[in-house]
Amino acid sequence: MNAVTAQLPALQVVIPLLGAIIAAFLRRGTLAWAWAALITALTPVIAFAQLHQVWTNDTISYRMGGWPPPIGIEYRVDLLNAFVLLLVSLVSTIMMPYARRSVAHEIDGDKQAWFYCMYLLGLAGLLGITITGDAFNAFVFLEISSLSTYVMIAMGRDRRALVASYQYLIIGTIGATLYVIGVGLLYLVTGSLNFADIGTRLAEASAAYPRPVLAGLAFLFVGISLKLALFPLHVWLPNAYAYAPSFATAFLAATATKVAIYLLLRIVFSVYGVAIDLNTLPVSTVLYPLSIAAMFIASILAVYETNLKRMLAYSSVAQIGYITLGIALMNQAGLTGSVVHLFNHALIKGALFLALGAIVYRAGTIKLDDLGGIGRTMPLTFAAFVFAGMSLMGVPGTAGFISKYYLIVGALDAGLWPIAFLIVASSLIALVYIGRAVEVAYFRPIASAPANAKDPPLMMLVPILVLTFASIYFGIDTELSAGVASRVAETLLGGLK
Amino acid sequence: MGGFENFFAHYNYVATIVLMVAGLYIVIARGNMIKKLIGLMLFQTSVYLLYIAPGKIIGGTPPILDANFTIYSNPLPHVLILTAIVVGVATIALGLAIVSRIHEAYGTIEEDEIIARDDQE
Repeated sequence: MNAVTAQLPALQVVIPLLGAIIAAFLRRGTLAWAWAALITALTPVIAFAQLHQVWTNDTISYRMGGWPPPIGIEYRVDLLNAFVLLLVSLVSTIMMPYARRSVAHEIDGDKQAWFYCMYLLGLAGLLGITITGDAFNAFVFLEISSLSTYVMIAMGRDRRALVASYQYLIIGTIGATLYVIGVGLLYLVTGSLNFADIGTRLAEASAAYPRPVLAGLAFLFVGISLKLALFPLHVWLPNAYAYAPSFATAFLAATATKVAIYLLLRIVFSVYGVAIDLNTLPVSTVLYPLSIAAMFIASILAVYETNLKRMLAYSSVAQIGYITLGIALMNQAGLTGSVVHLFNHALIKGALFLALGAIVYRAGTIKLDDLGGIGRTMPLTFAAFVFAGMSLMGVPGTAGFISKYYLIVGALDAGLWPIAFLIVASSLIALVYIGRAVEVAYFRPIASAPANAKDPPLMMLVPILVLTFASIYFGIDTELSAGVASRVAETLLGGLK
Repeated sequence: MGGFENFFAHYNYVATIVLMVAGLYIVIARGNMIKKLIGLMLFQTSVYLLYIAPGKIIGGTPPILDANFTIYSNPLPHVLILTAIVVGVATIALGLAIVSRIHEAYGTIEEDEIIARDDQE
């Protein structure tokens, strides 16, 4: 047994990576789905074992191929990435039962196996970015997850999915290339690619070569910001989410941007933060205005959007603004809010996008104007949408409230009461766009598209309800979310110079 | 060191920057989707140079452990860039595949025409 537990960090990535190849050979869609579900279900088990180990003992350092770091690639699991690993793998596992019918409905039979192959590759890439302690290895996994994402988006039914995928490919590749330029600059001044090792060498390197170190931060920052859709680098996101197959949208919305945020945290706190006083770097100066702009501008764009998927996509950009705002605050409560919102937002947006996928499955449209009365013909699905939507707004008693509570406390601790006010004000805009959907769904006469719709089959309904329940539940019991997040924030801030 | 000498001492970086900016310019300024991909390739290629050039030491040998050779070039950048080239090839291949599908679906690969056709619907 010990031989297996020692290999857990490698298995976390290797299982979905090899699973993807086998999925491609299973020609039948249902068979490929069953395989992908089995593989996905293994990942949270591994992630949970690692989180347990990190929580009770200490950081796990795994030497890939037996080469000691910093020469070899190190897989390093600390509390932060154990938490993100669990989040990504768990949300994917909850969503998998949903995939079968939704994918069969939206993707032709002979292409379904390829879709699951791409999904598993994407999952392997995301878990790989999260677990690796090597900057260049992270780039390779970033591209593995991105390339499979482009394919998944291009598999959408609408021909605009192709254009959305192409635009994301261009922007995503620029982002990844900027990231690798940043890594290159750091490698040139420190001679190392291991995140922790760069951190220990950076103080000296920064004294000798201040400009490349600063330029490296700029490249890394902009590159990752393109991936996490930080306003105004979010332009690829609305179309990509809107035209991708429903399951792909839910999977990406819940996991992909979160992993990019993790990478930003890693670079800012574990690489730069341990070597250089972060207050001397322009991280917060850049993040404050962009986060606040995202919170307001993206939310307002969501209000004017009539395609529900695009509406939620803009809402995602706004929510990412909250997460980066917490990073900008750089204090205990703010950072806790940031990490806990990473978790909560994954659950909330997962539930919302799955509910929309169910509406596509039954009613065939997500144009708000065609969906009059959908709340009465699909009661459970839309009830889930409403509850997850309340959590998105941050109604007290929901998970979203916990995130915003910590962010507001963080803003007040930093002595920035106007920001606390802006957090509340922008949350009210979410009330407008969710409220608009509620008004159409419950108070309008039943339109033709939803007239014959009913709640989706159980295999689709249960994941929606589980995620919705989770996005309420973590507003009441916050031990796993805020408890871990607060310890993560403590370790990140404790390591700072 | 004067600015002029500094320029020539770091000419590999100058070449890198020129390629990088030229590539990025093509991606932004061109509406033709194939040309955009060409710009993207140029942009990625500049990074290969950024990594490879500093790994070479003048008078250095390949990294062979031998008492006669004391100065050797750093092999790591080559290995990294080999990986990056594979990633770049995969990206461009996928990009071209998507463009050919776009051509089937729209009958054009000009970005503004595609936007116009979508707006008509």
